[in-house]
Parts: sequence; C-alpha cells; structure tokens
Amino acid sequence: MTTEYLVLSALLFAIGALGVLIRRNAIVVFMCVELMLNACNLAFVTFARMHGNLDGQIIAFFVMVVAAAEVVIGLAIIVTIFRTRRSASVDDANLLKY
Amino acid sequence: MNGIQAPTIEYGALAPMLVIFGAAVIGVLVEAFAPRYLRKSIHVPLTLLSTAGAFVLVIFQVISGVPTTAAAMGAVAVDGPALFFWGVILVLSFVSVLLVIDDEHFVASAAAVPGSAAEEEAEISGGAHTEVYPLILFAVGGMLLFASSNDLLVMFVGLEVMSLPLYLLCGLARRRRLLSQEASMKYFLLGAFSSAFFLYGMAFVYGFAGSVDLSKINDALGTVGGLDTVLLIGLGLLGVGLLFKIGAAPFQAWKPDVYQGAPTPVTALMASGTLVAAFGAVLRVFWVALGNLDWDWRPVMWGVAILTMIVGAVLAITQTDIKRMLAYSSIAHAGFLLIGVIATSPDAEGNATSLSAIMFYLLVYGITTVGAFAVVTMVRDAGGEATHLSRWAGLGRRSPMLAGVFAFFLLAFAGIPLTSGFFGKYAVFAAAVANGATPLVVVGVVSSAIAAFFYVRVIVLMFFSEPAADGPTIAVPTAATAAVITLAAAVTVVLGVFPQPVLDLADKAASALFIR
Repeated sequence: MTTEYLVLSALLFAIGALGVLIRRNAIVVFMCVELMLNACNLAFVTFARMHGNLDGQIIAFFVMVVAAAEVVIGLAIIVTIFRTRRSASVDDANLLKY
Repeated sequence: MNGIQAPTIEYGALAPMLVIFGAAVIGVLVEAFAPRYLRKSIHVPLTLLSTAGAFVLVIFQVISGVPTTAAAMGAVAVDGPALFFWGVILVLSFVSVLLVIDDEHFVASAAAVPGSAAEEEAEISGGAHTEVYPLILFAVGGMLLFASSNDLLVMFVGLEVMSLPLYLLCGLARRRRLLSQEASMKYFLLGAFSSAFFLYGMAFVYGFAGSVDLSKINDALGTVGGLDTVLLIGLGLLGVGLLFKIGAAPFQAWKPDVYQGAPTPVTALMASGTLVAAFGAVLRVFWVALGNLDWDWRPVMWGVAILTMIVGAVLAITQTDIKRMLAYSSIAHAGFLLIGVIATSPDAEGNATSLSAIMFYLLVYGITTVGAFAVVTMVRDAGGEATHLSRWAGLGRRSPMLAGVFAFFLLAFAGIPLTSGFFGKYAVFAAAVANGATPLVVVGVVSSAIAAFFYVRVIVLMFFSEPAADGPTIAVPTAATAAVITLAAAVTVVLGVFPQPVLDLADKAASALFIR
C-alpha cells in the first residue's frame, strides 16, 4: 500500500530535479528545489507509516521549518540579483566562469 | 499511557556550541536595538570573545575527560574527534573573524543597486553591514553541530544552519558586486539542490533502518533484510549531498565560482571551517552509520577521490585568478583528504591512524588557507583586490616580505618538507598505505606533483618577472590582518619542524574513535 506513495514521491523528486536542471528562471528553479523537499517529506511520512513510528512525521516538520528559512534567504538573494540585472534568469549570471 | 518524559540534555558537554549560538542571538538583538554607530564596537568583541570562550570550554572538556556517551538523548556526539574538530573550527573562525573586521571587504548596503545613487549615499554615510558578525556566528554554530551530529536529522539541521548564513555572506562583497551576487545565487541554488539530495537520501536510509540515529542505522545493517535497494539508494543520495559540501568532483563546480566571488574573509572561512565540518560529517556517516557497508561505498569513493585530485590539480594550472586557483587547490586537497576517509581497516587501531591523519591534515590545511587568503586581501588596486595573476607579477621585488610569506604558504600547500603541509600529506598517505590503499596514494603523489607545478609557477611569477609600472599597491595591513598572517605563518613553520605534540594530540583524540 505504501509503495504507491513512494513512487509518487520519487516522481515528484524527479520532476523537481529535472526542473532545476532545465528551467532558466531562478525563481522557478528554486520552486523546483522546494518540490524536491516536499517529495522528501512524502517519503518520510510514508516510511513512518511503514515502520509504525513517529520519527518520520517529526522530521517532516523539521524539513518544513528549514524550507521556510531557505525561502527567506533564497528570495532575498534572487530579488537582489533581479534589482541589479533586471533579470532573474540563471543564464544571464555568467560572469564567473572557467 | 505515560506522560511525555522531558529529555535530558548535557548542557556542560554542549556548552561550546551553546555559547556560539547564544552570542549569535545576542548579535541579532544588538542589530535590533543598538544605535548604528555603536554596533560594530559591540559586535567585534562579542564575536571574538564568544569564539575564544567556546575554545576555552573545549579545552576544559578535554582536560576534565571526554564524555563516552552521546549527549542530548543521542543527538550530538561529543567525543574525542568531535572535540578536536570543534577546537579546529573555533580557531579557524577566530582568525577569519579577525579578517572580517576590516570594513573594506563588505558592502555598505546590500540592498542598494550597484552603481546607483543609493549605493553612493550609503558609502558616503559610512554605513556597514554589521549583520555580518551574527551571520558568521550562526554559520560557525552550524559547523560545530554538523561535525558532531550523531543522527541524520541533527546533521541536516546543522548543514542548513551552516549553509544559509554563508549563502548570504557570499553576496556582501564591497567591490565587484555583480560577481559577488552571482556567486551568492549560484551557491544558494546548487547548495539547496544538494541538500535536497541529502534529505532524500536520509529518507531512504530512514526507510531502511526505521531510525535516523547513526548507531541504530549501523545496527540495522546486520538485521534488516530485503530492503537493500532502499539502503543503496539512500547511501548514494546521502553521499551526493555530503560530497557536494566538501567540493569533491564531480560536484566541485560551485567551488571556484563561489570562492572567487565571495568577499575574501568569507572565502577564508568557507575554505577552512566548512571543509573541516563537512569532513567531520562525512566521517560520521561513512564510518559510524555505514561503516559495515564499506564494500559498497568504497569502489565509488575510490573513483571520486581519484577524479577529485586530478580535476583539482589539472584545472588549477589553467587559472588566471588567484582566488580561483586557490579554490581548485582546495578541491585537490579535498581529494587528498578523501584518501584518508577511504583508508579504513578492519581493526580499530588502523582506523584511528587514518582518523588522526585526517584531523591533523585539516588543521594544517585550514590555518595555511586562512593565511593565504589574508595575503590576497592585502594586494589591491583601484578596483579593490587585484586577484588577476598577471597583476601579481614582480610582487616579490616590490614587497619581498609579503610575497615571501605567500610563497611559503604555497609551498605548504604543495607539501614541501619543513612546512606543515608536508606532515599533513605524509600522515594521510602513510595511513592509506598501511590500510591497503596504495594505488590511491600513487595517484595522490602524482597529482601533488602536478599541483606543485602551479604553486611554483606563482612563486616564479612573483619573484622572477619585472613588476608592471602600474602594479597593485600593497595595503598597509590592519593590526588584525597582520596578526592573522603572522599566526598562520608561525603555525605553518612550527608544525612543519616540530609537529609531534599536535600529532600526539590528534592521535589521542582519534584513539577512541567515534562514539556509537
């Protein structure tokens, strides 16, 4: 019964990872990272159900708090970049290379 | 149904970490309530005293006896290696903070668009981001937690508490702000991406073992059957997350960009403290939790270590920017350290040898790195630091003292005898040979030779080429910067000539291995 949830979580994780790799807008890339974190949460809760202990559910709460902190930092950085360059595209950030 | 039992927390054992986090919170309150002109004069003593105080507490614990059980209900392991890592991290962050004190490195107002009137106004009014100090304290607290965590959840929280402030600090350079902001964004997006991998790996390991406690994972390896796929997926994903943090190839792409763009004092902290903390975590995951699975992870780690050493050493040759070159050198050193992680042996004594070698290496590499970046902060021209290598031509004629010290740091990186770097490399390679990883040592020696080429090339450039007419100026160092360079040079010499006391200390810290 729990296998379906694990498959769903793997799908979400894969969609998120693929999004990080192919999307160009920093905000969208960041949303894809958040999708990956939510896939992790789903996996944690599923495994908690499987093992019949609460650890996984509690970890999911921790992950939410960390994700919220990450949003604060991430949006601050992306907004600063946008104000400077008038663009949030990760392709435009190409000064540092080689 | 019993009531909820209050957890027991060993405040004494956790005191160094609590001091750092407490000082960070006080720092935030200072930002909120102290008038602007007073803030820096409160922050600097607060930051320095708290790191020094935490270091004294670590020493105190070492003298009064290392705890033998994990603290805080098994969440944090304050054992010999953890105390050694804590001591090293605290020393490195203390000297990095000495570099931060110079206002020249940080932007007056990060919110002002570069080149705008608002930025000019902020610079004229003498504004400064004193938030830097609490952010650094939070990062240091995260490093302490990351290196001593005894369960994967605490490790994840430590990882984030360490990384999130560093993402911000990277974007606060005063000069070349576009580069700095770009470094910050790249570090953030890639760092968040890798911590998602770490977390998914943690979920699968939890799925296998039913717990995230490192020792319970170790117990489950022998008892749980039929879930090997879940475990191996978890192992791989955890590895990706951790190897990203130490900058091992193929996850090294962020390191040169971030090291180049970030303000140099922050680079110094990242290149030293973060590496120490990340190796602490790598050792705990791969030795404590998954130590009995070494047949599965060792072949992959062999590949990663070889690739890391070669990529770091070869790509460093083509670099034209001094900070980027040091970043690639840091990648190569991460590879050398990975040899020590791989060199496990069936008996505890062999493991202790490898562990003590890694700890000694991290100490000597960290302190030399901070010294090298301190020198980089002093070579300046009109646009800030002159980091392009061509600008360093002839530096040895204009400023023999500074160029001499830098050359000495480079020789220490290369591992020339009579520098601390030699004994660091020797210890790791000797441990690896003793534990049967001789082919890796051969690769290590070859890539050290390649690396020596580009270190020596910089020395030749500094001493044997004509200085340009409009060459960079050597800034008169602040007392703090001068102290950092002197200390780093002194440690590099002393540990290069007389390493035995510190080697003994590392041996002693490693002798009991990690608490399980």
